[in-house]
Amino acid sequence: MTTPEIRDILLENFDGKIGDYHEFAKSEYQKRYGSYIDVADKEWLRDVCLFLRDDDRLQFNSLLCLSTLDNNDSTLSVVYHLESTILRHVLAMKVTVPVTETEVPSITDVWPHANWHEREGWDMMGIRFVGHPDHRRILLEEDYPGHPLRKDFREPTFYHGMKVPY
Amino acid sequence: MPEIIDSHKIATRALTKEATFRAEKLEPRRVRTEEMLLNMGPQHPSTHGVLRLEVVLDGELVVDVRPHIGYLHRCFEKHTESMTYPQVMPYVDRTDYLASMSSGHGFALAVERMMGIEVPEKVEYIRVLFLELQRIASHLVAIGAYGLDIGAFTPFLYCFELRERIIEMFERTCGARFLYNYMWVGGLSHDLHPTVPELCREFLKESRKAHKEIVDLLTFNKIFVERTGNVGILPADVAIAGGASGPVLRGSGVKWDLRRDDPYSIYDRFDFDIPVGTGLVGAVGDAWDRNWVRVCEWEESMNIIEQVLDTYPYEDTTNVQAAIPKRIKPPAGEIYSRTETPRGEQGYYVVSRDGINPWRVKQRSPAFCNLSLLPHISRGCLVGDLIAIIGSLDFVLGEVDR
Amino acid sequence: MGLLDTLHDQVDYSIPNDKTGEGSVVVTSVDALFNWARLSSLWQMGFGLACCAIEMMATSASRFDMMRFGVIPRPSPRQSDVIIISGTVTLKMASRIKMLYEQMPDPKYVISMGACATCGGPYWEHGYHVLKGVDRVIPVDVYVPGCPPRPEALLEGLMRLQEKVRQETTKTV
Repeated sequence: MTTPEIRDILLENFDGKIGDYHEFAKSEYQKRYGSYIDVADKEWLRDVCLFLRDDDRLQFNSLLCLSTLDNNDSTLSVVYHLESTILRHVLAMKVTVPVTETEVPSITDVWPHANWHEREGWDMMGIRFVGHPDHRRILLEEDYPGHPLRKDFREPTFYHGMKVPY
Repeated sequence: MPEIIDSHKIATRALTKEATFRAEKLEPRRVRTEEMLLNMGPQHPSTHGVLRLEVVLDGELVVDVRPHIGYLHRCFEKHTESMTYPQVMPYVDRTDYLASMSSGHGFALAVERMMGIEVPEKVEYIRVLFLELQRIASHLVAIGAYGLDIGAFTPFLYCFELRERIIEMFERTCGARFLYNYMWVGGLSHDLHPTVPELCREFLKESRKAHKEIVDLLTFNKIFVERTGNVGILPADVAIAGGASGPVLRGSGVKWDLRRDDPYSIYDRFDFDIPVGTGLVGAVGDAWDRNWVRVCEWEESMNIIEQVLDTYPYEDTTNVQAAIPKRIKPPAGEIYSRTETPRGEQGYYVVSRDGINPWRVKQRSPAFCNLSLLPHISRGCLVGDLIAIIGSLDFVLGEVDR
Repeated sequence: MGLLDTLHDQVDYSIPNDKTGEGSVVVTSVDALFNWARLSSLWQMGFGLACCAIEMMATSASRFDMMRFGVIPRPSPRQSDVIIISGTVTLKMASRIKMLYEQMPDPKYVISMGACATCGGPYWEHGYHVLKGVDRVIPVDVYVPGCPPRPEALLEGLMRLQEKVRQETTKTV
């Protein structure tokens, strides 16, 4: 099943909550794995994910990857790549939030795999995942200043008495 | 004999702290003692790198394990935003340093798919040959170091000596012992050295003998079986929902391998089996099964290498750098490209905004996802079993922390 | 006469010798003796951080064999003489390395193996979490460059350390 077909099934049930389909097709592989659909309303994200997992036509039982993205126009995005190992199709979804209000519902109870990925999203990009069972930094220390993967991040000069730049 | 779970159907299992505590089933009437917090610190001979485990113990039984990672966080993803695409390649090598050919190939494939580049036949053959040799080298380290954790020192030396032979082949071709920067976007950095096919055939003879030796000496050794059988059982549905991949997933009986189920390069031309764990000496999905999958994959890789050597186009004189574009500048777009490394499914989420630097590169590392399952499979085991479970997951901290 | 008298006749006691004399007496300086003992049995703390750790393991394995230099890997800092910092030191890890170094008993030595431990390595420019050289937290005796250094290079670094130990003196401790 291709991404536009999946989007049609989603629009039947979540009309108004699903955004556009963006296609990149420099190769067959990129058309399948690079094209994504927007999720327009982030409050419905968890319901969309539950539907994707439990519906018989879709059966997305595996979350491949959860990435975060800084678009450099005062918005941040969270990108979800899903796969169904039973029906052999994949899907990419993107949720975009403004920098001033970076809260996205957590999907840890839908796919437990998202647990550590969401912690990393908070650590690196500063996106708060509402409802996460263990919301703390994973790679850096709790007192590290800033969220490194943002485009406006400046590394600290000193950290715990150690000089950081070369 | 328990049946192989081939159906991929999952039930929703809540992986929370209220999971059944095996100790209560073992000894229901016991004097309760206080719980102790033991720190298996970042410096430890058995944690395969700088991993810190906070272990909550009740006597000798593990109540909870909390892994703390990030001691090797080397800011790989921030570096990619300031480097050009070819400059990213050495950094990619250093993330999974035990299988740098596979990581490099994953990234090269991601950019090639974004640009629509087709590499020559010869390059594909060399890539598969080196990928399978790298798979054997990585599994040798995994098996040898696992034996070292359990307490067996000799297999470690045998495995490393065999690995030196593989490294010699790589060194003759590209000059480096183990961080090669060999797989370039659109081709390779050096052509196959003319002595390598001969060396490879000799290596295969030695490797088959060594494989039998390791199976007899370590894998079916009674002490090894006792220590790793029935330990760290990972059910198939927990594995799929928890994001496991590679030998960890196949050890639980799930027959999922990207070389077969989502083929890339020229893997569809070769005939090889996908070994899965069947619970030969214990339950399906225990630590022994994961190790057994690696041992069997070593054998399957040897078969693939033989097929490659038999069908390689020796007379082909195409330059291996023929398909490399003058400027590697993918058009604006995104891709999630994945390959099967020795550790599991490694994916690269690359975002390009039509510049010479990538906008964002996220590496989905199999070791990170496999390690997140550690708390769920080690509750209720003994401290010694915890070491066995860590070794069976075979993670590399460079990849976990990036 | 007995066997002992026959042997007594065969040994030549007439040649004077600085170093040896009757009854196996060795005359040397305290410094030379202590330094020889220390450099021949430098027990290392197995402290592998990153990729260089694999080259360190390969150096201890059978082809390059670090043990013939007397270097045995010990798991605890309390029982070791030399710590080989092999791999990138991150800011999170730096305080732990300092703690481990302070736990080692004197005399202790540090070999900084690889470009990352020497100066930050390939991560020098944009590494916001990488310590640019372990000598910012602990004093280093020998730097071994390379990314990763070959096992032969690490053995050369070890031999340089042995030369350094040979020059030491027990007067200023």
